[in-house]
Amino acid sequence: MAVGVVRIPVADLLSPTAEQWEVIRVSRIPRVLAILLAGAALSVAGLVMQRITQNSFVSPTTAGTVEAAVLGILVATLLVPAASLLVKMVVAIATSVVATAGFLRLLRGVRHRDPVVVALVGIMYGGVIGAVTVFVAYQRDLLQLLDFWSTGSFSAATEGQYEPLFLVLAVGAVGYVYADRFTVVGMGQEFATNLGVSYRTVRSVGLVVVSVMAATVVVVVGAIPFLGLIVPNVVSLALGDHVGRTLPVVALAGAGFVLACDVVGRVVRFPYEIPVSTVAGVLGAGVFLWLVLRTASGKEAHG
Amino acid sequence: MIHVDHVSHAYTPSGPPVLDDVALDITRGAVTALVGPNGAGKSTLLAAVSRLLGPDHGRVVVDGVDVARAPDREVARVLAVLRQDTRLSARLTVVDLVRFGRFPHSGGRLTTADHEVVAASLAHVGMADLRDRYLDELSGGQRQRAFIAMVLAQETPYVLLDEPLNNLDMEHAASVMRVLRTAADDLGRTVVVVLHDVNMAAAWADDVVGMRDGRVVARGRPAEVLRTDVLREVFGIEIPVVTVDGSPVALHWLPRAGRHPMGVGQRY
Repeated sequence: MAVGVVRIPVADLLSPTAEQWEVIRVSRIPRVLAILLAGAALSVAGLVMQRITQNSFVSPTTAGTVEAAVLGILVATLLVPAASLLVKMVVAIATSVVATAGFLRLLRGVRHRDPVVVALVGIMYGGVIGAVTVFVAYQRDLLQLLDFWSTGSFSAATEGQYEPLFLVLAVGAVGYVYADRFTVVGMGQEFATNLGVSYRTVRSVGLVVVSVMAATVVVVVGAIPFLGLIVPNVVSLALGDHVGRTLPVVALAGAGFVLACDVVGRVVRFPYEIPVSTVAGVLGAGVFLWLVLRTASGKEAHG
Repeated sequence: MIHVDHVSHAYTPSGPPVLDDVALDITRGAVTALVGPNGAGKSTLLAAVSRLLGPDHGRVVVDGVDVARAPDREVARVLAVLRQDTRLSARLTVVDLVRFGRFPHSGGRLTTADHEVVAASLAHVGMADLRDRYLDELSGGQRQRAFIAMVLAQETPYVLLDEPLNNLDMEHAASVMRVLRTAADDLGRTVVVVLHDVNMAAAWADDVVGMRDGRVVARGRPAEVLRTDVLREVFGIEIPVVTVDGSPVALHWLPRAGRHPMGVGQRY
C-alpha cells in the first residue's frame, strides 16, 4: 500500500491526509485486494485442476483455459464493441469451460499417462487456441488489446474496475465444499467409484470452478503465468494433496506470492512499473524448473 | 450373498466374450479366491460385481442391491473394492487415506465413531505406527496394507480385491493374506480375492473358483479344486499335485508335458 508513484509513508497509512486517502481509496486498496484475490484464485484453480486431472503439471495457463478466456474476450469485443466488463466476463467463462472440458476429453484419448506427456499435450492445446486468438486479433488489428489480457498487470485495478474479482470468493467457497471430493477424484476413477463419489459430477464441478476463477482473473487483470502451477506444487511438497487441508494454504500462498511480485515490479524501475506477469514469469519459471528437475531425478532414483 | 446372474461381457462388440454367461453365488462369511490363467475374466468379473464395469448382459445383486442400478453411495456401503492399479496420483498420508474409507458413511465429516473405525482398521492391518507417513514413502507391502485398511474402514459386508499380491515378496504376500483371513474370521467380512497363485488360494481361502475363457469351470473347497484333472480344465496344463501336511500343493512350476495348445508346459 505504501509503494507507488505518490509517496505515502507507511506511518501516514494510519492517519492519511484527504489527498492521500483519495489515492488509497481509489487505487491502493483496490489494487491490494485485486492482487490478493487474483493470486489466490489462479493458485486454487491450479490446485483443483491438478486434482481433477490427476496430474501435477497441469494448470489453467498450460492447458488452454486462460487462452480460451482471452479468445472469449476478443470475440465478445468484436461482436459487441461496447460490451461491458460483465458481458466479456460471461463470454470468457463460457469459452474457458468449453476449452477446459475439451482438454479433459482430449486426455481420455491420450494413452500415455506420463505426467510430462499430459502437460505437453496441454501446452500444445493452449498453443493452438492462442494461435487462433492471435490470428483473429491480427486480422482485426487488435493485437495491442490482446496484450492487455494475456499480460497480467494490476495497474488498471482501481475502484470500479476490480470488483468482479469478488466472484472468485463465491466460487472458492464451492471449491472448498468439494475439497474432499477433489481429493478422492485425484486418486482415480475406480477409487472414487468405490467410495460412492461420482467421478463425472465432481470433475464437472471442478471444471466450472477452474474456468470461472481463471476467466474472471483474465478479464480483470490478465493472465499471470506459472502461478497455478508452482504454488499448489510447492504446497503439496510440504503438506501433501489433501485438498481440504491445502486449499486455504494454497490460496494464501498464491496471494502472498503475487503481492510480492507486484511490489518487486513496482520498485525495480520506480516510478515506472513492470507488469506483475513478467515478474511472476521470471520467478515462476525458476521454481518450475526446480520442480521438474526434482521430479526427474526422483524418477531416476526409483528406476 | 453375491448373486451373479448370467453375466456376459465383451470389450468389443464383435470380439470374443471376456465373460461368457457367468452364473455364480458367493455366500457370506467366507474367503473366496478367483483363480485362472491370464485373460480368463477374473478381474472383469470382479469389476462387474463391484459395478466398476457395466456388463453387456446379466446383472449382479449383492444383498438385494442391484449394483449397476443402485446409487453409487448405497453400493459403497455394501461392498468395497480394491483394484490392482493403485497408482499413486496424490500425496496422502496413511491415515488420510483410511479416513476416506468413511466417506460413504459420513461424507467427509468424521465423527468420533468414524475415527474409532479408522484406528481399528489401521490396527487390524498393523499400520498404526505408520499412520502419519505419506503413501509414497512406504514399501509396496505397507502401501497395499494401507489400501486394505481403507476398504476395511468402509465397513462393508463385502470386500473385493483384485490381485492384491501383485509385486509383493513372499513375506508381504503372506501378511496380506493373513489380514484378509482375519477380516473374514474376526470382522465377519465376506472376502472375494483374485489370485494368481493357486497355492495361495488353497492355503488361505475357503472356496476356490476356477475360471477359463470367461466361464466358471471349477468350484469347490481347496482340496476339490487342487487336483491335476481339475487344474487341467482351468489352466490347460498338467500340474502335479502333492500333499504336504494334509494340504494339497500344486507344483505348477513343474508342469508335465501337456496338451497346451501353444506348447508351453513342455518339460525340459
